[in-house]
Amino acid sequence: MKFAVLVFPGSNCDIDMYHAIKDELGEEVEYVWHDATDLSEFDGVLVPGGFSYGDYLRCGAMANQSNVMAEVKKFAEAGKPVLGVCNGFQILTEAGLLPGALLRNQNLKFMCRTVGLKVENNDTLFTNQYEAGQIINLPIAHGEGNYFCDDETLAELKANNRIVFTYSGENPNGSLEDIAGIMNERGNVLGMMPHPERAVEALLGSDDGLKIFKSIVKMWRESHVS
Amino acid sequence: MTKVKIYVTLRESVLDPQGSAVQGSLAKMGYNEVQDIRIGKYLEVVVGDTERDLDSLVKEMCEKLLANTVIEDYRYEVEEAN
Repeated sequence: MKFAVLVFPGSNCDIDMYHAIKDELGEEVEYVWHDATDLSEFDGVLVPGGFSYGDYLRCGAMANQSNVMAEVKKFAEAGKPVLGVCNGFQILTEAGLLPGALLRNQNLKFMCRTVGLKVENNDTLFTNQYEAGQIINLPIAHGEGNYFCDDETLAELKANNRIVFTYSGENPNGSLEDIAGIMNERGNVLGMMPHPERAVEALLGSDDGLKIFKSIVKMWRESHVS
Repeated sequence: MTKVKIYVTLRESVLDPQGSAVQGSLAKMGYNEVQDIRIGKYLEVVVGDTERDLDSLVKEMCEKLLANTVIEDYRYEVEEAN
């Protein structure tokens, strides 16, 4: 399976994302610059964290106007997997690929620590390697991870099991209903604030993030390799 | 040349922790009459000659980039410059 790691001016988790795929999973991966206009050679797109375009105006707003995002929208429409982490999640909401928005953390602080997460839905392209309700530990590092959406959207997310991860125990940012990660209606686009790519080696604290990437690869293999 | 003054503000339904923090500081300073503060953005956009209708142009730019209408409202004033 071949992944694209998007790189915007100001991305800073792209190398971790690349490392997770290449060294931990042993799958193919390439960096793709923000002005790329073709994603046809890829099977999955990873939108990494960072501060794209300096987070000027709004987090993810300018990144959404880059050439590659038009391609990501087509890629998602084709049902292929798209994972956005942290700034990547913010970009996917700005792009309209995921509903809602990420607001300033309620306590106005940049939160950088490891948090507990509950796997709310393990019947997805991204979480099928986890147990239902499993508690995992992943690092967060964000100033604007306070998920917000209107009541109607929230009801829809709940009714269709689109809330994939919630914060367990402490809610670090004031996020609505402790939401840490959501997916689109079709289930092929996931956005989350915590960083699975920073938790892929037990030696460095946790490898709880690895199963997200393994889940994506497993689903791809099942549909592409007979 | 036309100057367009655009105000982008958080929607009423969205909490503004920044505004609350500033209000808290003012209260500590003794300005207890302040009931609420909402912080927004102010943009001055200078538009050159265009065949486009100015209102539709400004609205389009606001909807596409300058405001995120999921969480923000916008309004604008047009100021004719010399």
